[in-house]
Amino acid sequence: MAALESSKRVGTAVVSKLYPTRSHTGAAQGGIAAALANLEDDSWENHAYDTIKGGDFLVDQTAAEVLCKEAVDCIYDLEHMGLPFDRTADGRISQRRFGGHTKPNPIYDPSATPGTEAAKPRIPVMRACHAADRTGHMILQTLYQQCIKQGVTFFDEFHMLDLVMVDGECRGIVAIEIATGQLHTFHAKSVLIATGGFGRMFKVSSNAYALTGDGPAIAYRHGIPLEDLEFYQFHPTGIYRLGILLSEACRGDGGVMFNDKGERFMEKYAPNLKDLASRDVCSRSIYQEVRAGNGIGGKDYVFLDIRAETINKYKTSPTGQAVDSAWVEKRLPDIIEFARTYLGVDPIREPMPIQPTAHYGMGGIPTDVHGRVIQDAANTPVPGLYAAGESACVSVHGANRLGTNSLVDLVVYGKRAGRAMAEYASITKFQPMPPHPELPTKTAIDGLLSRTRTEPWVRIRDEMQKTMMDDCGVYRTEETLTRARDVLIGLKERYARLGVQDKGTVFNTGLLEVLELGCLLDLAQATVGSALARKESRGAHSREDFPNRDDQNFFAHTLAYRDGDNGTREAYKPVDVIMVEKNGEMTTKYPLEIRKY
Amino acid sequence: MLTQAQLIDPQARSLTLKISRYNPEVDEKPHWEEYKVEADGHDRVLDVIQKVKWEQDDTLSLRRSCAHGVCGSDAMRINGMNGLACKILVKNLKSDTLTLEPILGLPVIKDLIVDMKPFFDHYKAVMPFLINDEPPPTTERLQSPAERARFDDSTKCILCACCTTACPPFWGDRKYVGPAAIVNAHRFIFDSRDRGAAERLEILNDAEGVWRCRTVFNCTSACPRDIKVTQTISEVKRALMTGNIDLDAVQTVEIGH
Repeated sequence: MAALESSKRVGTAVVSKLYPTRSHTGAAQGGIAAALANLEDDSWENHAYDTIKGGDFLVDQTAAEVLCKEAVDCIYDLEHMGLPFDRTADGRISQRRFGGHTKPNPIYDPSATPGTEAAKPRIPVMRACHAADRTGHMILQTLYQQCIKQGVTFFDEFHMLDLVMVDGECRGIVAIEIATGQLHTFHAKSVLIATGGFGRMFKVSSNAYALTGDGPAIAYRHGIPLEDLEFYQFHPTGIYRLGILLSEACRGDGGVMFNDKGERFMEKYAPNLKDLASRDVCSRSIYQEVRAGNGIGGKDYVFLDIRAETINKYKTSPTGQAVDSAWVEKRLPDIIEFARTYLGVDPIREPMPIQPTAHYGMGGIPTDVHGRVIQDAANTPVPGLYAAGESACVSVHGANRLGTNSLVDLVVYGKRAGRAMAEYASITKFQPMPPHPELPTKTAIDGLLSRTRTEPWVRIRDEMQKTMMDDCGVYRTEETLTRARDVLIGLKERYARLGVQDKGTVFNTGLLEVLELGCLLDLAQATVGSALARKESRGAHSREDFPNRDDQNFFAHTLAYRDGDNGTREAYKPVDVIMVEKNGEMTTKYPLEIRKY
Repeated sequence: MLTQAQLIDPQARSLTLKISRYNPEVDEKPHWEEYKVEADGHDRVLDVIQKVKWEQDDTLSLRRSCAHGVCGSDAMRINGMNGLACKILVKNLKSDTLTLEPILGLPVIKDLIVDMKPFFDHYKAVMPFLINDEPPPTTERLQSPAERARFDDSTKCILCACCTTACPPFWGDRKYVGPAAIVNAHRFIFDSRDRGAAERLEILNDAEGVWRCRTVFNCTSACPRDIKVTQTISEVKRALMTGNIDLDAVQTVEIGH
C-alpha cells in the first residue's frame, strides 16, 4: 500500500525476501472493518470506541479516530482498484460480524433483568467487509496488481539485513540477494519498514516461517526503541497443535466454543458478547477451562463448532435466522478446507479442536500518524525512516487488537506513510553513504560461514519458542518472566558460537534462517524485558501476580531500548487522550472504564 | 460430543525421502540423494523435508513460508505429481518412499528451487489488474452477487505455478503463457467492473495464448486451490470464438475433474 502511494510521486522500489504475493497479509481471512453501514446502522465513532476499548485503553485516541474515519474511503479505494468483495443483494460490499465490533443497543435499559436483550449496553454489528474468508489474499493480490499497473520496481527475494544509519538519519538499507549471496546496498532518501510480525518466537503460532521481525530487530539494534512489545495477541482459535488460524469469522457467523462437558463456556466469561468477546478475553477463557480440567479429554484444547445445527440451536447467526450447511460452506470455504486437510475433521459434521495460537504483535517500531519512526517519548522523528503494518506501532491496537483492524491499519497507515515518505523524498537531497555500509553485515555472515557447526541452530530456536510460549505467553508472572530472561541470555551465548553447515552462496537458506533467529532472539529479550517491567494486567498482557489494570502507574506506552547485548531499558510515553468540552469543563472523550464484554 | 482418535494419537512412520539435489556451485547436473526420517502421522510433507534440512543436511534448499497452502511458495513434484508440500499430509501417503523434485519447465536454481521469473513474466503479460478509466462513484461500484460469483473461482489463484508446470504444452513451449496466466486474465475478463477484456483477449488470441491449451486437465488436477483451471481456459476460448463475454454464465461441473 505504501509503495503504491509513494510511487505516485517518486521512484519507489520494494525490497522483499519473498515474492510479494507470498506475504502473510495473504493469510488474513475474515475481513477488514469499516463503518460503511451497508447492512445496518453504524458509524466510524462506534468503530473508534470499539478499537479503544478493545485495546484496553492503551490505544492512542487520535490515531484510532484517523484509522476508523479513513477506513471508509480506503475500502472504497480498494474496491475501485478491483478488490472482489462479497456483495449484498443490492450489489454493495457485504459485511459480517467480528469479535468486539459493536454499536449501542437501541433498546438498552439499565434496569432490565440481567441476561435479557435490553440489559446489554452494546450489541454486535456487521462491520467487517469481506471476500469470503480470504479477504487478506484479495487485498494482497489487488495491491500487487496495482503495483504492476503503476510500474513499481520490485527486488524479489532480496533479504534486508541492515539499515544504513548516519548521524541518526536513515540513508538506505543493506540486503542480500538470495539467489547469488551477493550483498547490495540501496541508497534512498526515505526508507519504510513493512516486514510484518514476529510470531515465530512462540511455539504455537499462526504466523508464516518468514515472520521473524527482521525490521523491528534491526531498528532496535540501531538504538530505536520498540513500543509495547509485551502486548502479544494469542488468537483463541488456532488449529490444535499446528496453530493455523481459524478465522474469528467462524464465531462472527455463529460458531460457538465448547469445553469437554459440552458447555458453552464463554457465557461465564463474557455474558453479553459471549463468543464474540475480544480475542484476549477468549484466549484466557480457554486457558482457564483447560486449567480447570475442562479441556477435551482433559487435554489442552477445546472445540469450535460451526455446524449449522449448533448455530441454529444457539440462534447465533448474524441475522438470527436459521442457516443450513450450504450457507456455512459458502461463508467459510477456506476454513472448512483447512480443517478437512490438517485436522481430518469435517466441520460441517463435527466440531474442530482448537487452542490459542500466537498471532499478532500489537507493539513494534513506534511511529506517528504519518508513519514516521519516532525515537523517544517526546515523539522525535528519525529522519528518513518510516514503518507501517504489523512491524509498526502507531498505536491503534493498544494492549489488544480488535479483529480485522490489522488490515485496516496496514491500508490506512500504509497509505499515510507512503504519502509522507514520498513528500520527504521529494524535498530532500541524497545524503552521502558512509564508506562500506555493508561491512558489519559482511562480518556477521563471514563469522557464521567460517565457524564449524557447534549444534543445529533449530535447538536454540526450539528452546526459545518453548520458553516464550510457556513463560511469556497468555499468562505471565515475575517468576516465569525472570526464568525466560535467564534462558534467553543462555541461548544468546550459544547463538554467538553458531556456525552454518552450508558454506555456499546460492540460496543459502540455512544462513538466512540463522540470521532470522538472531532477530527473534533480540525481540524475545525486548518482549520479556517489557513484560517484566509492566506490573499490571492489561489487554493481552496478563500478569497473574498483578491481576488488575493499574491506570495510576501504567497508563502509558512502553519504549524498550536495547541496553548492552542482553539488556533492555524501559521508558514510558503517555497515551494520547482526546479531551472534549462537556458542561463547560474539559473531560476525556473516551473515559476509562472497566473492560467487560 | 465427538473426539477424533486419529488426531490425538497420530501414527508415527519411517519414511525414505528421495530428493533431487543440485548445487550449481558444485554439480553439473541434478542427482538423487536419500534420507531417512521419522515422521509423525500429522506431519506435512513440508515438515519432513525441513526435518532433513534442520537435523541432517542444512545445504538442502527449498522455498516455504505460510505452511498452510495460501502463500504458494512450496510447489514441487511430490511422487511425480505437482503439489504444495505444506498441503499434503504424511498420513495420506500411500508409500513409505517419498520422491521430491523441483517443478518442471522452469530453470532449476538449486535443489527444489526454480527460477520463477519466466512464470511471473507470463502473469504480467496478461495485464492482471482492473482496467476501468470511468470516474468511480464516491462509494463502491455496484456488482450483483451473481456477477461477483462469475469470476470467483479464478480469484483463488495463489500463483504457486503448480498448474503451469504440470502442463505438457508448456513443457514443450515455454513461450506459452500457461494456465496460471490465463486464470488471472479470466479473473478480470469476467469481472463486470472491468473494461480491458478486449485487450486481454487479443493477447490471449496469440499462438502462445489459449490455443496452445490441449485440454489435458493436468492443470486442474494439480491446482492446490481446486480451481477448475481447464474450464476457466475453455471459457476464455469460448469468449474468443463467439466474440461474446457471457457475464451471466452459471458455472457448470467440470468434466474430467
